[in-house]
Amino acid sequence: MCDQTFLAITFGPCDSCSENRPLMNLYIKTEPINYCSLCMEIMACQGLASGETLKSLKAESETLRKKLEEERKKLHDVELEKVAEKAEALGELNMKTRRTLKGHGNKVLCMDWCKDKRRIVSSSQDGKVIVWDAFTTNKEHAVTMPTTWVMACAYAPSGCAIACGGLDNKCSVYPLSLDKDENLAAKKKSVAMHTNYLSGCTFTNSDMQILTSSGDGTSALWDVESGQLLQSFHGHSADVLTLDLAPSETGNTFVSGGSDKKANVWDLRSGQNVQSFDTHDSDINCVKYYPSGDAFASASDDSTCRLFDLRADREVSIYSKDSIMFGAASVDFSLSGRLLFAGYNDYTINVWDVLKGTRVAILFGHENRVSSLRVSPDGTAFCSGSWDNTLRVRQEGRGVGRELKQGGTTLYG
Amino acid sequence: MTIRTLRDYGQHYRPRMACLKNVEVFVVEMQDPKSGVKGADQKLNVTIIPHVINGQDVLAWIVTKMKVTTEEAQAFGTMLVAYGYIYPLQNHRKLVLVPDSTLYRFQTPYFWPVQKWPAEDIDYAIYLARRNIRKKGMLEPYEQQHYDNLHKWMNPKWDFIVMQATEQYKANKERKKPDRVVLDCQERAYWIVHRPPRRTHSAMDYGLDRLIDPNAEEVLTFDVVRRTNIFLTQALMRSAVKSSVSLTAFVKFVTTHHNHDPFLTTPVPSNPWITDSDEFWQLNSRSVDIPTKLSVERWVLSFWELISDPRGRVDFKLFLKKEHSAENMAFYEAAEEMRWGAASAIPEKSQFIFNTFLKPGAPRWINIDGRTMGLTVKGLVVPHRYVLDAAQTHIFLLMKKDTFYRYLKSPVHKDMQKRALVPAPHVFTDAQLEANVRNRNPGISPILQWQQEEEEKAAAAVAARPIDVKAMVATNKLDRK
Repeated sequence: MCDQTFLAITFGPCDSCSENRPLMNLYIKTEPINYCSLCMEIMACQGLASGETLKSLKAESETLRKKLEEERKKLHDVELEKVAEKAEALGELNMKTRRTLKGHGNKVLCMDWCKDKRRIVSSSQDGKVIVWDAFTTNKEHAVTMPTTWVMACAYAPSGCAIACGGLDNKCSVYPLSLDKDENLAAKKKSVAMHTNYLSGCTFTNSDMQILTSSGDGTSALWDVESGQLLQSFHGHSADVLTLDLAPSETGNTFVSGGSDKKANVWDLRSGQNVQSFDTHDSDINCVKYYPSGDAFASASDDSTCRLFDLRADREVSIYSKDSIMFGAASVDFSLSGRLLFAGYNDYTINVWDVLKGTRVAILFGHENRVSSLRVSPDGTAFCSGSWDNTLRVRQEGRGVGRELKQGGTTLYG
Repeated sequence: MTIRTLRDYGQHYRPRMACLKNVEVFVVEMQDPKSGVKGADQKLNVTIIPHVINGQDVLAWIVTKMKVTTEEAQAFGTMLVAYGYIYPLQNHRKLVLVPDSTLYRFQTPYFWPVQKWPAEDIDYAIYLARRNIRKKGMLEPYEQQHYDNLHKWMNPKWDFIVMQATEQYKANKERKKPDRVVLDCQERAYWIVHRPPRRTHSAMDYGLDRLIDPNAEEVLTFDVVRRTNIFLTQALMRSAVKSSVSLTAFVKFVTTHHNHDPFLTTPVPSNPWITDSDEFWQLNSRSVDIPTKLSVERWVLSFWELISDPRGRVDFKLFLKKEHSAENMAFYEAAEEMRWGAASAIPEKSQFIFNTFLKPGAPRWINIDGRTMGLTVKGLVVPHRYVLDAAQTHIFLLMKKDTFYRYLKSPVHKDMQKRALVPAPHVFTDAQLEANVRNRNPGISPILQWQQEEEEKAAAAVAARPIDVKAMVATNKLDRK
């Protein structure tokens, strides 16, 4: 990937308007051109040229699609199951709940881990955002947002701030402080402004930029300090429900999934939609990159999770079972990428073997939908947040272990 | 209580409830007289109710049909009750499947979730009014609350509602007693699912509606088709990789990282979440003197793994200092900072980077080819976030393909491999584990750690500044002997 993008011109004078802008690499009849996003839009919206009709354009679309399918078919020479036969089988996995974090008064909608591997931020329907030290189960900070349904929350890479948003159409950043009595809401910074609800947000590699996705069908990249919009991404025809940033060395792309059943891969710099996958039958609730950055998994309301290969540009595996009929709400990979954890709307969590495509374990314990699920940054445990107002941290049950009976001291009621 | 504006989606299977299509097929099979769950007549308060099933039979049937464990079947059965496909006869507010002789009945398809969606307030008002008449004003407290609310909101329609309710009440009286009881049970079950009393578990709550109706036909105007064509042309020109190549890469990644995944290999000394001792995190922290063997093995896997691990980066920088090529890493880090940093800092940072790394005769001049240097310097005239991309990629590839391999062969690394720790796995007795639970280490707050790191960075920046010989001579610091 690194080699391919070496000489691509991503910023410079646009071929059409000659202004210095982030450029999209397009091809018009196999001729490469570099247009800025504005010129591309103008070109697309130009009136129909002579001899062109809507029908002819649609016919062209069909031929291009067929050609693309043919090309991809030529490269499709083996299935994942065949290649995975070499991989050794997994032993039995016995997961136990190690911590139960109680303190939210309403449905937990979203959660995120801090890079220090033990702290968690979680947000709920009643507007409360709580920062926990999951290891000791202490609550460290609590913020009450002026809105309900806080559907997105994220921890900054430095550990010094959190971002959250929901029905208020904004993403707000709260710097955390060591002083326990300080009112965090006083230093709040409104960063993102969308025209509809905020469905997902994440910091990029630093505290200074935030990537958000919204119900209005767009995603956007913002500068935290000034609140300026750096880049916006248009292409979904319905609500964008989820996004994930690529972990790769170049770190230039992210994937978003939406209500239009499509998962799109975007270039952060130019705003161009680079790849698109639309094999799902229903809304895509969550997308997550594979640890190596060459693939991503998606969870959807059609009760399946799917793995998409970015280099071969196709779907490689479907994780589904007849006995699983309810939609999947959230997915995440374990550190090696061998296990895929998925939380479902029937209150269970299924653990899949990514390579062999079989289910390894099913976990119970939540009393309502599992709304979000994330593996900790060093892979030592995973946390699931649910509509039953609790979060559970789980790990393997081999050997010794103690289930926590009572929560630790609470600093905030 | 929310009064929702009525939105007609014109179809029965809303996408968020797409799952119900399969569930309904399943429920129909369950009710099959030959191969389904066996029901019997049951006497309940004088009346005989037909087709009553008990929880145990339902569970056994699900286990056989879906070939799953009892626990999973129990979970699925509870979902069926929560959605209202099966309703309990006695404890009608508890919407779970109890696997014993608790009695249930299948809900009539008329009352299935997708058939009458959304459950309308006016229907609920009529139902409550009728219940009011029947019970002569003795409604349950939550029902009474709803009734009062509806009365307030639907005041203009209230005469119509009461009229409908009395009509239905009279019509009901004409029915035979068993039919009346059954119908009453069914209706009550329906309303418990759609207007659950507090602390009842109904699955009807699905969260927020989507903004854009995903079932609406996408109107394809010519510009939408044009954009699709542009996208498809670009997709055709981009080269893809053979499946065998990329899939083998996945398997390789999984295999090489197998030993580092705490879910597959128990971490040493112990997983903090299991034994409540955070020694694992302390041994792998950024400032530890001697890293663990597992960490060192991970660094060997790829250059990216080496610099992603903070301790690994420290080691690599040490090696670079010995080789006197530390400017490459410094440039990479500075470029990263500019790329991901605040927009207001860009002009200042780009100036600093130019003066330190790119200017001819700069103190930490980096060695990149002429073309890239030309592009970068030209771009720096009007600095923007991605102006250093080409140079940064060049330096990264240089480090990845050349410096990294030299690092692996270097004495710095080999020495580290020898000295790396293999911590002994913890063996705690029960008493010790209990003690661990009580004495969980709160650790350092990430804010403090961040402040420490910033201070270290500032100190390093000062130390790396080139020494100005003239200034030192002027202040007589250099002794000319």
